[in-house]
Amino acid sequence: MKDFVKLVALGLIALAAAIAANFARDPAYLIHALLIMAIAAGMFIWQLRHVGDPAPEPDTGYADGVVRAGVIATVFWGVVGFLVGTYIAFELAFPVLNIEWAQGFTNFGKLRPLHTSAVIFAFGGNALIATSFYVVQRTSAARLWGGNLHWFVFWGYQLFIVMAATGYLLGATQSKEYAEPEWYTDLWLTIVWVAYLAVFLGTIMIRKEKHIYVANWFYLSFIVTVAMLHIVNNLSIPVSIFGAKSVQVFSGVQDAMTQWWYGHNAVGFFLTAGFLGMMYYFVPKQAERPVYSYKLSIVHFWALIFLYIWAGPHHLHYTALPDWASTLGMVFSIVLWMPSWGGMINGLMTLSGAWDKLRTDPVIRMMVISVGFYGMSTFEGPMMSIRAVNSLSHYTDWTIGHVHSGALGWNGMITFGALYFLVPRLWNRERLYSLSLVSWHFWLATIGIVLYAASMWVTGIMEGLMWREVDANGFLVNSFADTVAAKFPMYVVRATGGVMYLTGALIMAYNLWMTARKAPEKVTAAVPAE
Amino acid sequence: MDYHILREIADSWVLLAMFGFFVVAILWAYRPGSRATHKDASQVPFRNEDRPASDMETGK
Repeated sequence: MKDFVKLVALGLIALAAAIAANFARDPAYLIHALLIMAIAAGMFIWQLRHVGDPAPEPDTGYADGVVRAGVIATVFWGVVGFLVGTYIAFELAFPVLNIEWAQGFTNFGKLRPLHTSAVIFAFGGNALIATSFYVVQRTSAARLWGGNLHWFVFWGYQLFIVMAATGYLLGATQSKEYAEPEWYTDLWLTIVWVAYLAVFLGTIMIRKEKHIYVANWFYLSFIVTVAMLHIVNNLSIPVSIFGAKSVQVFSGVQDAMTQWWYGHNAVGFFLTAGFLGMMYYFVPKQAERPVYSYKLSIVHFWALIFLYIWAGPHHLHYTALPDWASTLGMVFSIVLWMPSWGGMINGLMTLSGAWDKLRTDPVIRMMVISVGFYGMSTFEGPMMSIRAVNSLSHYTDWTIGHVHSGALGWNGMITFGALYFLVPRLWNRERLYSLSLVSWHFWLATIGIVLYAASMWVTGIMEGLMWREVDANGFLVNSFADTVAAKFPMYVVRATGGVMYLTGALIMAYNLWMTARKAPEKVTAAVPAE
Repeated sequence: MDYHILREIADSWVLLAMFGFFVVAILWAYRPGSRATHKDASQVPFRNEDRPASDMETGK
């Protein structure tokens, strides 16, 4: 019976997608309708061939298949995202790389949102989903709740990524930073996200442990808040149900404030709270000792939750936004410095008594430097949110440097550390294929970030000073093109940093591949049947 | 009702309520007797690495 319900549903989806493709008003919508039609038809045929198969034995162990798939997706999207980022860095340095015959598809303006979404949502999002599924099972001592729903979350999220990325290249964007996907892609993500919340929360509800471990608090706050942000910031009305274009419900400064309330909390809850969940599990595991202070982690959690949500207006200093709102954003951003550093100290001090591991274990070195970068960018951020500093830094490359020291340093490095931790365990290997390759990755990535951040400080402050330079008569000294010309050497340095970071990620991909293929298998003592 | 009413609620009672919740949450973390609880909770990652706990082990 269930099989037939599935068949009918899949058939109807394929039919509806075919109709949508027929009436499509723009290329992005057409391609997406055809894509959904193909997927639904493929699943229909697969389902048809398996009607009446006996139901497989229900698994009782941890659901690690989805974590393995998530690890592979994380590495794949990471390499893609870094590659696109490096390419657009070269496009800025050498405009000829905006190839003439591919105009409208591979120019900087089209590839830039592809890069940001690929690294944040595809690389970061897959890392968060995979690690949260791993961590919530281990710390709840229970298998993922909801049968195979976790596979829907995984594949549904990949479909979202593919629809978002192809949409950008074909021109379907609502032009909201980090929220570019159009209305139907947003709706699809909402469905996937609700399923994600159900799996995660369901697993916590059936836990066998008394406590909800603190990492799960951070993961849960990330899932819940992102759902709220996503829905409010994407309130829009489609022009036609057969077209990609939609119109935002808010307008003017309200729209801008909603966008940066979303944008900054995407940083605060997606890139910070979620990844702190990783830190609170993987750093203690790799250091083989519990977190330095569990109390401090609770204070860290509540302070972060209560403060981050107000910090958004600092993106809108000197705009139509009322002064009180931008002051509020600034004050909360500065107060945020304290819990951020409390969390950093908590992560670092987890190693107290085990500092020697830094010498012998490149994986823990990676985690420690990521926590260090977390501290550095959460110091830089509050400083840049101060109105006077912002008047110099805003709209310059300094902002881009800040984002990358956070994203490459904190998010990237903690994810690499988690991947090096997970792969031997998930593929049942004794150890990683090569620790010296991990060291290579570590140094390439670290030097790459230093080149990136340092060159962006120089070019950002230079450009900010050039823009405000006036002569004795009060006329601006420099034209915009003057600043562009002056930035060239720093752009080359930045792109070089990107090449090093990408090379490190490729080395990691090779090392993880060889770990899964070639590293000696873990020998486990026989476990008596239960 | 216009936006100023919302703003006034936000910077008076709601602010107070949220700050109160925050302070209570912190005080609760430092309540007497929380040390043993937190010590136990911080050990959670080091249990049940390979397979879910069976009902017998936890005694629940």
